[in-house]
Amino acid sequence: MAQTLTARVWREQPQRYRMIANRCTRTGKVFFPPRIVAPGNLNAEFEEVQLSGKGKVVTFTIIRVAPTPYADLAPYALAVIETEEGVRLTAQVSDLPIEQVKIGMSVDFEFRRLFEDNEASVIYYGYKAVPA
Amino acid sequence: MAVGIVGWGCKLPRNRIKLEEIAAVWGADAPSYKKGLLLYEKSVPSPDEDVITLAVGAARNALKRSGIDPRKIGAVYIGSESHPYAVKPSGTTVSEAIGCSHDVHCADFEFACKAGSESMYVAHSHVKAGEMPYALGIGADTSQGAPGDALEYSASAGAAAFIMGTEKVVATIDFTHSWMSDTPDFWRREHEHYPQHAGRFTGEPAYFRTTLGCANALLEKSGMQASDFDYCVFHQPNGKFPQRVAKMMGFDINADQFKVGWLTPWLGNTYSGASPIGLSAVLDVAKPGDKIFMVSYGSGAGSDGFIFTVTDEIDAIRNKAPFTRPQLDENKRYLSYGEYTKFRRKILRNS
Repeated sequence: MAQTLTARVWREQPQRYRMIANRCTRTGKVFFPPRIVAPGNLNAEFEEVQLSGKGKVVTFTIIRVAPTPYADLAPYALAVIETEEGVRLTAQVSDLPIEQVKIGMSVDFEFRRLFEDNEASVIYYGYKAVPA
Repeated sequence: MAVGIVGWGCKLPRNRIKLEEIAAVWGADAPSYKKGLLLYEKSVPSPDEDVITLAVGAARNALKRSGIDPRKIGAVYIGSESHPYAVKPSGTTVSEAIGCSHDVHCADFEFACKAGSESMYVAHSHVKAGEMPYALGIGADTSQGAPGDALEYSASAGAAAFIMGTEKVVATIDFTHSWMSDTPDFWRREHEHYPQHAGRFTGEPAYFRTTLGCANALLEKSGMQASDFDYCVFHQPNGKFPQRVAKMMGFDINADQFKVGWLTPWLGNTYSGASPIGLSAVLDVAKPGDKIFMVSYGSGAGSDGFIFTVTDEIDAIRNKAPFTRPQLDENKRYLSYGEYTKFRRKILRNS
């Protein structure tokens, strides 16, 4: 199980580490994670885009009973965030007490530890939102 | 050909704990600690921060300032004594996260608190030798201090990164010098959670003999004296040691020459990050033509010394990334000792 997850996360490094998205060459719409075919026009030609790492909270929920790998972080806010490029993604809001998380607030994405299976396992890294 | 820093960046956690909060738990006399060590509060990493994440944050800020393509970086070095893994490099994760190519020489350095300046030293040497156009040196730590030990009042977290290059250099490296001896003042054995230290021996002969050995040799090599410098930065395990060594060298500890790069009273000892973060704070405000004197210190023991001259290029990139001092002074979140022990995984659990 742990090995399967290690391989999966490794394949997702461009997105988890650098927020690599792609842009449809026909409509200019940005997709994250990148698409192979654009919905609507079936275009398969894209250009690579690195998201700016800035966005705004669209909505959020407070996780009080968290899955095991995140249990020590609870309570925390899990937010839907719209990036400057118009992409919406889900991310934990870190470094901010839950009562201070607000819809519309500006956030930056930072590189953080996401989780680990246990103290002997691989550590998984990726993006989280922090107050701008 | 001028060789030196083409971009610098710093990353500090937002969490702090006050010295009084720690002292109250252990029945220690906070005022005497504050007076004796000149320590008021220290940074604490969030549970999702470690050496790798802080190093990425600092390196991204250095990249923003330099404006270079990360794929042109030929070496990525991270100095730390709290790498997240015992076996698995921190540098590979940092390289991937900042967008370096796979054709990179990558290594993690360890030499107690000197590991950060080591990474800068080697990065500079590669570029100076013409081996690569750019090399990245980072000092980062989430320092360990055993509960109740004197180190718990200082051990903190932070990172600073420096990209060395030859084009649009903002601070040339004019002289370097390294000094070392086998002086076992502070150590951590394999599988041990916390370092041990030799009490007052860590000051004299360890810190002072080593720092002065390097600093005096650097002055002799350069033919300069303390009054020739606009800024000085020393390793700062507490507030007092760098003050004393600067005074012994003839620097003015009541002037900006010393105070701008002296952060430990409010930051704590960021170990491998300590003198690099001090240098970052100096570069944030330095003017073209300014001379900077920097000497690190790592237990065991050794010092790396650098003399920098700031160039006209600095004004064009200074504002492209967050400054050091605001990261230290603003948006702070104070922790209780209980939160601190949870964040630092100091609580023993059965699971």
